Amino acid sequence: MTDSATIAALAARFPEVKTSEFRGTTRAVVLSKSLYDALAFLKSERQFDFLVDITCVDYLHYRGAEDRFGLVYLLANTETNERITVRTFLNEPELTVPSAVSLWEGANWMEREVYDMFGITFAGHPDLRRILLPEEFTAFPLRKDYPLQGRGERHNFPVLTRENA
Amino acid sequence: MSLATAHPNAVSDESQDYIWTLNFGPQHPATHTTLRLVLKLDGERVVEALPDIGYLHSGFEKLGESLDYNQYVTITDRMNYISPMSNNVAWHGAVEKLLGIELPRRAQYIRVIVAELSRISDHLLCNGAAGLDTGAFTYFMYAFYQREVLYDIFETLCGARFTNSYTRVGGLMYDMTPLVIEKIRAFVKDFPKTLDDMERLLNRNKIFIDRTKGVGVLTKEEAINRSASGPVARGSGVTRDLRKDEPVLPYGDFDFQVCCATAGDCYARYLVRMAEMRESLGIVQQAIENLPQGPINVPIGERTALPTKRMVYSTIEGTISHFELEMSNRGFKVPHDECYSAIEAPNGELGFYIVGNGSDVAWRARCRPPSYIHFALFPHLIRGHTLSDIVAVLGSLNIIAAELDR
Repeated sequence: MTDSATIAALAARFPEVKTSEFRGTTRAVVLSKSLYDALAFLKSERQFDFLVDITCVDYLHYRGAEDRFGLVYLLANTETNERITVRTFLNEPELTVPSAVSLWEGANWMEREVYDMFGITFAGHPDLRRILLPEEFTAFPLRKDYPLQGRGERHNFPVLTRENA
Repeated sequence: MSLATAHPNAVSDESQDYIWTLNFGPQHPATHTTLRLVLKLDGERVVEALPDIGYLHSGFEKLGESLDYNQYVTITDRMNYISPMSNNVAWHGAVEKLLGIELPRRAQYIRVIVAELSRISDHLLCNGAAGLDTGAFTYFMYAFYQREVLYDIFETLCGARFTNSYTRVGGLMYDMTPLVIEKIRAFVKDFPKTLDDMERLLNRNKIFIDRTKGVGVLTKEEAINRSASGPVARGSGVTRDLRKDEPVLPYGDFDFQVCCATAGDCYARYLVRMAEMRESLGIVQQAIENLPQGPINVPIGERTALPTKRMVYSTIEGTISHFELEMSNRGFKVPHDECYSAIEAPNGELGFYIVGNGSDVAWRARCRPPSYIHFALFPHLIRGHTLSDIVAVLGSLNIIAAELDR
């Protein structure tokens, strides 16, 4: 579904980009330091005007994985219906990437959700707060090392009573 | 209020003390579901709306990492419970793309039929509730009577009215019986009359038009830039419809139109949904009359769909296949790779990003929820409108909190 001209243009501009093909979808892996430039390039030069989704995958103990987190940007072109998946890999402790809100306004809540669930921060985001979980929450539950059993964070929350509310 | 003060753009109360704060929800009849808004008001005008969501967050994506590909379909029912069939079709469409399975023709057609029926069901609820919120109660009853007929059809088809869980990896739970086909034909015959009545009731109703026209305007550029899809984007003039543009199911076989409006307000979104119901009905009619014969599941050689009971009891291949699929340490093989697949759900682009890790449990099951992305538009759409416009805008975006929070 991705035009070969897009892949050629991306490879010419960013020589370190690795592309692969699976079930008709092209995935481009970029370095995290050139992520913003690659996204801006795809938006301005190749007209990927529609940000479908931003998500993250934790590859802890995943077979053959070398990096901990994979950030996934799904882009689409509303005129030609071309699609491309841009991925970048992150490792602790440098879990910060530039925010894409200046390119697509729709990235705002998607980045907040990734931050909420994985603890990846987006530099330059206008309002990076937790969105689905309460503000007092301390952990990042979609990480693979988050325990599935136990008492959880809830017993650390402040207890409100009628007297001191 | 910690939420209001935490926001960097929060209005400082010293200089503008005429601005007052109103809490809307999370338990309010006009929000329909559990969501909360903190409103900064100047008299009756909304200066700023701060959404506070997460009240229904139940970890659906984490559950996807411990339930197998067939079990997780029950969770997708509970995401957008207004159109569960569409979610089932989207989820298993993504799983089958990851596995590289080509469905039999009959299964593809049945999936088209149930997806389109659920689109009608969703639009009936959305428009009906939008009418109810703006004072049109009769209209709401007309819509809900037809939803009841659709629930009857789904009950006859798969035994469940609300949470259908109808699809399976590589096929469907049950085949369509002649009784279901008869009921769908009756619905296709009767429904246009109701649709005509509904259009006559509300399309030129002065009260409804005053409440919705020019309210919550979203321009085409903003719709694209803010990732809107489905009727919300098409109400603003975006022609994107995944059924035409990149169909997963055989939509190319059917003759239908993509419905668009250009105004981008609540009334335009209402009109798009009304027009889409007619087109969906046309697709259902064409699919039901041209329903191919044949199996509804992939052959048992693929080892993903359960064989029929007759095969299990009378053939060795059936017995082995059933055993392999049922034992908790067997299951089917999935590539160590990841892919994204989306369908045009009633609310917009509903996609799943699945990472496979060899077993029949996903490593990551990400859902691209249209309600979540559309609710991010809400503070932008409501700014400068009055308090009573909130229900009109919320209704036109069709926010389903279970899908919003997952």
